[in-house]
Amino acid sequence: MAQGIWIVVEHREGELRKISFELVSEGKRLADKMGQPVTAILLGSNIKEKASMLGKYGADKVIVADDNRLATYTTDAYVSVIAQLAQAHEPAIILLGASVQGKDLSGRLAARLGVGMAQDCVAFSLDNSNLVAERPIYAGKAYATVTFIDSSPQIATARPNVFELNEPDESRSVDITDAEFSLDDSQIKTKVVEFVQEAGVKVDLTEAERIVSGGRGMKGPENYSILEELADLIGATVGASRSAVDAGWRPHSDQVGQTGKVVSPNLYIACGISGAIQHLAGMSTSKYIVAINKDPDAPIFQKADYGVVGDLFDIVPALTEEIKEIL
Amino acid sequence: MNILVCLKQVPDTETQIKIAPDGTSIVTDNIKWVMNPYDEYAVEEALRLKERFGGEVTIIGVGPKRLTESIRTALAMGADKGILVDDPSLTGSDSLGTARILAAVIKDLDYDIILCGKQGVDDDSGLVGSGLAELLGIPQISIVLKLEVSEDGSSVKAHREVEGGTLVIEASLPALITAQKGLNEPRYASLPGIMKAKKKPFDVKTLADLGLDSSEVGASGAKIKIMQITPPKEREAGKIVEGETPQEKAANLARLLHEEAKLI
Repeated sequence: MAQGIWIVVEHREGELRKISFELVSEGKRLADKMGQPVTAILLGSNIKEKASMLGKYGADKVIVADDNRLATYTTDAYVSVIAQLAQAHEPAIILLGASVQGKDLSGRLAARLGVGMAQDCVAFSLDNSNLVAERPIYAGKAYATVTFIDSSPQIATARPNVFELNEPDESRSVDITDAEFSLDDSQIKTKVVEFVQEAGVKVDLTEAERIVSGGRGMKGPENYSILEELADLIGATVGASRSAVDAGWRPHSDQVGQTGKVVSPNLYIACGISGAIQHLAGMSTSKYIVAINKDPDAPIFQKADYGVVGDLFDIVPALTEEIKEIL
Repeated sequence: MNILVCLKQVPDTETQIKIAPDGTSIVTDNIKWVMNPYDEYAVEEALRLKERFGGEVTIIGVGPKRLTESIRTALAMGADKGILVDDPSLTGSDSLGTARILAAVIKDLDYDIILCGKQGVDDDSGLVGSGLAELLGIPQISIVLKLEVSEDGSSVKAHREVEGGTLVIEASLPALITAQKGLNEPRYASLPGIMKAKKKPFDVKTLADLGLDSSEVGASGAKIKIMQITPPKEREAGKIVEGETPQEKAANLARLLHEEAKLI
């Protein structure tokens, strides 16, 4: 009988990524309702010492697969190990992050196990012990509530920055075991050759808690410095609308929207962005939306919690000064 | 080089999505169906590979019949052959079902590389590419911004966008690549291209042609079930920040963010 909730840990350069703790937290909430344990699956190399951190957020157990071939994520190695472990231990539910890695891994894992997969979910609930997932479709213009048919385990990915972290309990211990698996070098068919770091990036847009974003109203690439100043002050990441990216003012990796990134910050400040439906699709789950635009009829004002009608070139620097006073 | 592209149609991104009375599907009357935007990048990349290495580009899509138009568009852009899988029992296939259908078509074809869009902008799952790669037993590299193919056409170096940077990943061919926006600028079909497309080979296959059991595909093979489709939560009307001057407005906004939203 399939039992327990697993979460797949994600790390980079030896540090566990925040999504891992979000998954443990949500996994714990679900597992408590099921009366079953939460197990974190940690693949990596020399990573075992990080396992106890997962316990603080609610993991009951950690299964560690420590192997130098798992140091950096590759689809084949990670899918192989996790599939073997899943077949051996039969978890009821496996949750991963809907990060780039998580989405790459989850699709192949689900296909290997022949089970259903719910991608990029923003809410979970249980029907008896079956996972019910809510996920955006049509770039967030609608939400689908989905369940699984004939799938064990039931696999889903969680959108980053959506699920609340539990209060870490420093006293909580966790049961750490070593995974049993076999991995042949010939199974690993891709090789990571290089990681090119993006210059000056603090937090990726998809994981940022605060975003200051500029659109066509910015009028040119050089003007983004005023957004960068505000962003630096409040610890935000700078984003852009499609207009700005298509004009060549900002790189595609900065684009928020249907054909860009989907973001879910606590605070989204949209400067000179009209609020086209495709842009809204990328940021409508922001907790607070601030819109600064010269045009009082801009559609974005329909969605903003706080709207400022005015010239962003006056408002943004003034806002930066005002916030400096407060901080 | 034998290049395969898998594509689908989606509602044009301007479409207002309306939920059908049954609550489990969307209203499809008056939808303008277009090639999935990410699939356009896949088609374009395929054509560039053909221009460089010679060979053939085959476009494959899983029904319904209206998908013919998008396959023909790809042929008009310069692809060589089209294959449409159209069968009533395929309706309601989930991602895995679709991957199974594509794998059934592809397993009998010679190919060096398969290109897909990173996700369909309808379901936004991005599962068919990896499911297909798994079923074919070939490596996958997803969300590719730049594709470099070796001189001898035997391996690829793909640049994938990840949080905070770019990963460069190498694999031997055959492999499956999913395309991200920015991979290339898709060309428009020219008028001569559109005329030529009408004469290019176009195969329509049914379930029986593929040797698949209907229990593996369609609604009966689906592993995910949509219980309900709901509109996004309506955001409550916010407030327009008052002030006579930009400085006043900025001050009021800062105060609201600090006192009311408690964000600053």
